[in-house]
Amino acid sequence: MATAAIAEKPLLVEVKGLRHYYSGQDHLVLDDVNLELSQGEIVGLLGRSGSGKSTLLRSIAGLIRPSEGIARLVPGPDVPDPSVAMVFQTFALFPWLTVLENVELGLEAQKIPAPQARARALAAIDLIGLDGFENAYPKELSGGMRQRVGLARALVVDPSLLLMDEPFSALDVLTAETLRTDLLDLWSEGRVPIKSILIVTHNIEEAVLMCDRILVFSTNPGRVVGEIRVDLPQPRDRLDPAFRALVDDIYARMTARTEITAPMRDGLFPGTGIAMVLPRVSTNSIAGLIEEVDGTPFEGRASMSELADSLQLEADELFPMAETLQLLRFAELRGAELVLTPAARRYAQGDVDQRKALFAQALNQHVPLVQHIRRVLDERASHEAPARRFRDELEDYMSEDYADETLRTVTLWGRYAEIFAYDEEADRFSLEDAR
Amino acid sequence: MSPDRNSARPLPAFSRMLRLTRPSREDAIAFVILAGLGVLFFRAAEGAVAPLSTLQMAPVTLDPWDLPYYAMRTVLRMFAALFASTVFTLVVATLAARSRHAGQLIVPALDILQSVPILGFLTFTVTFFMGLFPGSVAGVEAASIFAIFTSQAWNMAFSFYQSLRSIPTDLEEATMIYRLSPIRRFLKLDLPFGTPALVWNAMMSMSGGWFFVVASEAITVGNTTATLPGIGSYLAQAITKQDFRAVAEAVGAMALVIVAYDQLFFRPIVAWADRFRFEMTASTERPQSWVFDLLRRTRLLPVVLAPLGAIGRLLLAFEPRAGRRRVMGERQAHPALERIWQVLVAIAVLGALFLTARYVMHYLVWRDAVTAVLLACVTMIRVIVLIALASLIWVPIGVWIGLRPAWAERLQPLAQFLAAFPANVLFPFVVMAIVHWNLAPDIWLSPLMILGTQWYILFNVIAGASAIPTDLREAADMFHVRGWQWWRQVAIPGIFPYYVTGALTASGGSWNASIVAEAVSWGHRNLVAHGLGSYIAEATTSGDYARVALGVGVMSLFVLGFNRLLWRPLYAYGERRMRLT
Repeated sequence: MATAAIAEKPLLVEVKGLRHYYSGQDHLVLDDVNLELSQGEIVGLLGRSGSGKSTLLRSIAGLIRPSEGIARLVPGPDVPDPSVAMVFQTFALFPWLTVLENVELGLEAQKIPAPQARARALAAIDLIGLDGFENAYPKELSGGMRQRVGLARALVVDPSLLLMDEPFSALDVLTAETLRTDLLDLWSEGRVPIKSILIVTHNIEEAVLMCDRILVFSTNPGRVVGEIRVDLPQPRDRLDPAFRALVDDIYARMTARTEITAPMRDGLFPGTGIAMVLPRVSTNSIAGLIEEVDGTPFEGRASMSELADSLQLEADELFPMAETLQLLRFAELRGAELVLTPAARRYAQGDVDQRKALFAQALNQHVPLVQHIRRVLDERASHEAPARRFRDELEDYMSEDYADETLRTVTLWGRYAEIFAYDEEADRFSLEDAR
Repeated sequence: MSPDRNSARPLPAFSRMLRLTRPSREDAIAFVILAGLGVLFFRAAEGAVAPLSTLQMAPVTLDPWDLPYYAMRTVLRMFAALFASTVFTLVVATLAARSRHAGQLIVPALDILQSVPILGFLTFTVTFFMGLFPGSVAGVEAASIFAIFTSQAWNMAFSFYQSLRSIPTDLEEATMIYRLSPIRRFLKLDLPFGTPALVWNAMMSMSGGWFFVVASEAITVGNTTATLPGIGSYLAQAITKQDFRAVAEAVGAMALVIVAYDQLFFRPIVAWADRFRFEMTASTERPQSWVFDLLRRTRLLPVVLAPLGAIGRLLLAFEPRAGRRRVMGERQAHPALERIWQVLVAIAVLGALFLTARYVMHYLVWRDAVTAVLLACVTMIRVIVLIALASLIWVPIGVWIGLRPAWAERLQPLAQFLAAFPANVLFPFVVMAIVHWNLAPDIWLSPLMILGTQWYILFNVIAGASAIPTDLREAADMFHVRGWQWWRQVAIPGIFPYYVTGALTASGGSWNASIVAEAVSWGHRNLVAHGLGSYIAEATTSGDYARVALGVGVMSLFVLGFNRLLWRPLYAYGERRMRLT
């Protein structure tokens, strides 16, 4: 699949200057996204949760009207009326309809005569390897089988563009692999009439395995920060050194872009000072990650892709943890490598009290919101303050959801480090138990 | 397995019907039952449209042989109301969920209507419907059906609305991606998704409806007295004549009817609706119904369900041809249109305020309002004391039963049956007792308010106690957690959300029941307890519309206040703090 050949192919999707806001105007999800998709390619949208890649997918599907810009399907000589179908992460099957009825859903809506619809549905079921299950209800099927139904339902309407929203992330590793291979086989053998596939994923290996082109998204707001062409021949081999190199390269790019988008020396999360959005990373995850990198075989220095493999984590889960370590100066992200600092090595060797002390020290020095809460509590005679106050304060800088999550994270960390106490019932911070 | 699937395609359904030619024993049983029901149905329907004079010519007699006919008339009324409520629900709730503007008006209206004492409606509706069908029984019938309707429609619509709002986004997106028209989407997604909750709610509402059947069949409003043939008026007649045997017969007939429609109608529907439960794992325990099994075995099911399929196909005939893709969420209306809408709502609100104020000022003085509020406080004290007493009695019993699965299995349906049983038929016995021992009505009439509603507390507590996870109970056993500590840390947190649900229903029901419970009669003896209920009841009897309206308004405010200030915060607290999952 040569690059030049793809470039000559007619355009199928065009996205120009797309911007999207959530909850009024205050939260920008997608910022100035431009994208062109040609016939004959599989393109991956890679990014973490909150990077707006699903929003982009839904804009192209016509499910969401973007706040600004356009997302459209381009009619061409061989596809005068381009159409889309979508495969959902949660399968989105109707539990009260049989496999056959689920597959026929789109055909019925198009008023295709019943006998013809039946024949096409049976053919799609056959193609996707579900024969014998026509009359089963979705609840009788395993996750992999259900997603096959989702796939058959999408293919049966002969879409020009197949949209896939994290189609394999709800499946176990083996099942996901089988489904991926089957889909790629159908695609490369030309047994499905689809012209292009656009797939949203946060799994780097999946993207490299399937796509001809990968667009890397940043978070908050979502922007395209990198485009990677994958020229490896299909079928691709995960153990191929070229494959590994590409995965490492993408990890490095995803790390690198955080330094570009957040130039402040405070950290990598959007916003600075108390306005920094903090992801929900538990103190146990932090401890676990430090221990893993500190121990053999990593000895304090691990490549992100190997770490993801050994911890069975997706990039989407690993990045917030690694960046939290960096925020607390427990580690440094150098390219695609995570390197522990001396403080982290001490943490790994310490007992419970020493760990808490180190953690508290890191919080007090590097997390402005913790300092802020502690200062307010110290200043008040009662040594108490309602959490609502801080949540309101955060909402001046970020959306309600992010404010809530950030405060939860800080509460979790602060309680563990015994910097302050929190009473859930009263929704108040205090110094009471902390001393 | 799935008859509705076949009904969408005419050919297989027809070939299935052909198989009926080979009769079996089940066929015979099913046929006889259907035929019997059919005959009763037509006889009863005939009576409902007869001229009004027949009511005078053939007054309700106390002949037990007439009871089956009366029972059928009553049941027909209830099913007519249920049908109307279902249609109302499907239309209004769907509208509220689909249109933002409609939702803004409908949702709060339903919420408030749920709290309005239904018996208060009777006064207005009887006059209205009798004017609508002058000289025909149909007017009185309609008023009675409407009374039952008002006891069912609001909470059915509210529950369906909530179901529609909780449809998973990905399913909605799938209907849009595959370009389902609004009608098809309703049939394929909205209706199936909402069905289990709707069926359950209809069943509970039907139980509630009995209470109002008894009260609405024999009604006196000012100078108008209407007595419809039915179990309710049979009972009323028995009470006036002080015929003890007739009361017992009516009660027995009612019990039989409740069991019959539960077995013949609701159980099969619950068993059928189970397939629409939104779950992705096959459940082990599915609702059982012998009637449903019978229908399935005789292959009568497609025939029974055929009308539903036909209605669906009829609706689809109106479907627009081109499958247009729709965009998620509401399209922003034109700002000018938005303005006009707001102005219209404001005008309607002001107009309603003006009309109400003028009407109230014309007929009432301030002192009336003070009286009504004071009486409401008296009734409120009754409700609070009774709920507290009922809780003290039924919570320990419910927990005891709930922790023993063998007992719970048998007693849970019994408690539900008792909740369905109209307690007002038992009032005469209490009146006789009060008269006999010369007791104070202000105190001794009070228990009547909770007679029918206490069971909600019981069966919810049973459900809660059986839902306490076994591992928690075993852990408590292992650490020898006993006595008060056990109640404080195991039982009460375990049942709390369930208890609140039960107590909320019981308290709402008790307010409503106060209208019939605070003023009761046996023969010519009338007993009255002071309270808002008897205030409304007396105003109804004397045809004093202004005072009925005032009483109903005040009671609605009290019930709403109770729900908002006590039960909902308690429920939220339980959800937040005491969820066991």
